[in-house]
Amino acid sequence: MRKFKEFIIEKLILICGLASIFFVILIFLFLTKEGLAVFKSVTPANFILGKSWYPISEPAQLGILPLILGSLMVTLGAAIISIPIGVACAVYIAEIAPLKIKEILKAGIELLAAIPSVVLGFIGMVTLVPWVKSTFHLPTGLTALSGSIILAFMAMPTIVSVAEDALYSVPKSYKEGAFALGATHWQTIYRVLLPAASSGIVAAVMLGIGRVIGETMAVMMITGNAAVIPQSILVPVRTLTATIAAEMGEAVVGSEHYFALFAIGIVLFIMSFIINVTADLFLHKRR
Amino acid sequence: MRNTQRSQKIAFFFLFLATLLIVLPVGLIVVIIAQKGMPAINWQFLSDIPRQGMRAGGIFPAIVGTFYLVFGALFFALPMGLLAAVYLSEYAKENLLNRIIKLAIINLSGVPSVVYGLFGLALFVVFLKFGASILSGSLTLGIMILPIIITTSREALESVPQSFREVSLSLGASKWQTIRHIVLPNAIPGILTGTILGLGRAAGETAPILFTVAAFYLPRLPKSIFDQAMALPYHLYVISTQVPNVDEKVRYGTALVLLFLVLVMNLVAIIIRYNFRKKKKW
Repeated sequence: MRKFKEFIIEKLILICGLASIFFVILIFLFLTKEGLAVFKSVTPANFILGKSWYPISEPAQLGILPLILGSLMVTLGAAIISIPIGVACAVYIAEIAPLKIKEILKAGIELLAAIPSVVLGFIGMVTLVPWVKSTFHLPTGLTALSGSIILAFMAMPTIVSVAEDALYSVPKSYKEGAFALGATHWQTIYRVLLPAASSGIVAAVMLGIGRVIGETMAVMMITGNAAVIPQSILVPVRTLTATIAAEMGEAVVGSEHYFALFAIGIVLFIMSFIINVTADLFLHKRR
Repeated sequence: MRNTQRSQKIAFFFLFLATLLIVLPVGLIVVIIAQKGMPAINWQFLSDIPRQGMRAGGIFPAIVGTFYLVFGALFFALPMGLLAAVYLSEYAKENLLNRIIKLAIINLSGVPSVVYGLFGLALFVVFLKFGASILSGSLTLGIMILPIIITTSREALESVPQSFREVSLSLGASKWQTIRHIVLPNAIPGILTGTILGLGRAAGETAPILFTVAAFYLPRLPKSIFDQAMALPYHLYVISTQVPNVDEKVRYGTALVLLFLVLVMNLVAIIIRYNFRKKKKW
């Protein structure tokens, strides 16, 4: 009887172990099941490269290039802000900060990661957006720049914690070797530790960017939601994620619009898949 | 020599500056929300339904809805995540299958939250015909937090020393008995930390619940798991972007309640982990 019970439990454990694979496949299946139907009315090339997104006009125009460019612009802006600051902060925490301060800083970074995106979006709306509007004398502060700044704060915790891990796992002997040769602490960091941890830092950056591309609520609240091809960073844009979140509520189940939004979901899923697999390869290279 | 010392000083100053650039805004955000949100918080705000088109009254249904969703997600994700972690730490061998499982977990944790929303809509709401309901929302959130629970629980299980298992097995205990009575109890603080972090994430996410459960305005409590519900993050989104002329105080108050809920969960998790690391005897 006990044997039988253990047999059941061990099978259950195996099934749960396999559940993650099952869910990834299930997500992909349901996205494609609903999303591929859009290609009955628009070719894949016209969908990706089409310059106008008017999903409810007659006939509907389903080109997501403006949305892709919107996502890219916001992501690029966030990357430019968050990568230097994030890596610098990781170096400070891993190498320079005294032990006590280190613990506090790490907790602070964790708290930043925990702030819900809708709260960051709200704070962005009431503080950052008016600031951007008045600083650059714009008709509206809801711009790609505002989105980039807020998103940078969402990428930083990921970048800091993964990069800090990478720096921490560089063997002590590297550092001691550099010190023994008379290098200063900064020279050691710059010439020895950073290169040794480089693949982990690359992974950190990729994971941070992955978080930014997938971010939805804050972006929707502060980038202004204009589905046109952006000409500068100071105009409203609309990202892939925000489009889904903003329009799915109105789309009729089974309509062209509904299928198109799922197709955008497929694009996002594939992007995050590529980013995460590559980042994982970089992380494993290190070991 | 003097030159290198000086460049080190300059470099370290900039590193410190970068750290401040991250940490100060975090503090500032919390302080601003706390300061402007506090005046809104009173018993009525926490216990009343929204009134006058959500411009007055309280946020009670949203708080209750968030609790239902979070515990619904946990009910689903904790057993499954924990067993998956047991599999990975105790049973899995270093082979292709194990590698694929790990890759799947990494991917699951990287899938954008709005894509979870789409998935929940397609599978639970439309295909399984649960409709927009607490059940659909909880399941969607549950799958979303699964990777967090698996990863943290696995780390906790793997940090239990191998010798503990060996002693138990050598005393004649079976593999499952060893896991049940030796490995799991020693890993509880780590598992708890992961669970609370997952809860915090589920409480704060908006995109996955947009089309699976969230009600724009529902001035009563949900009656069953097949009912729609309001939720705090979605309510904050609604009153800050969809409803015009909402008193600033109400917005800040809602943001404060949500932030407080999420930060307290995370602080508890950090404290449990900190104490556990300090007490750890191995």
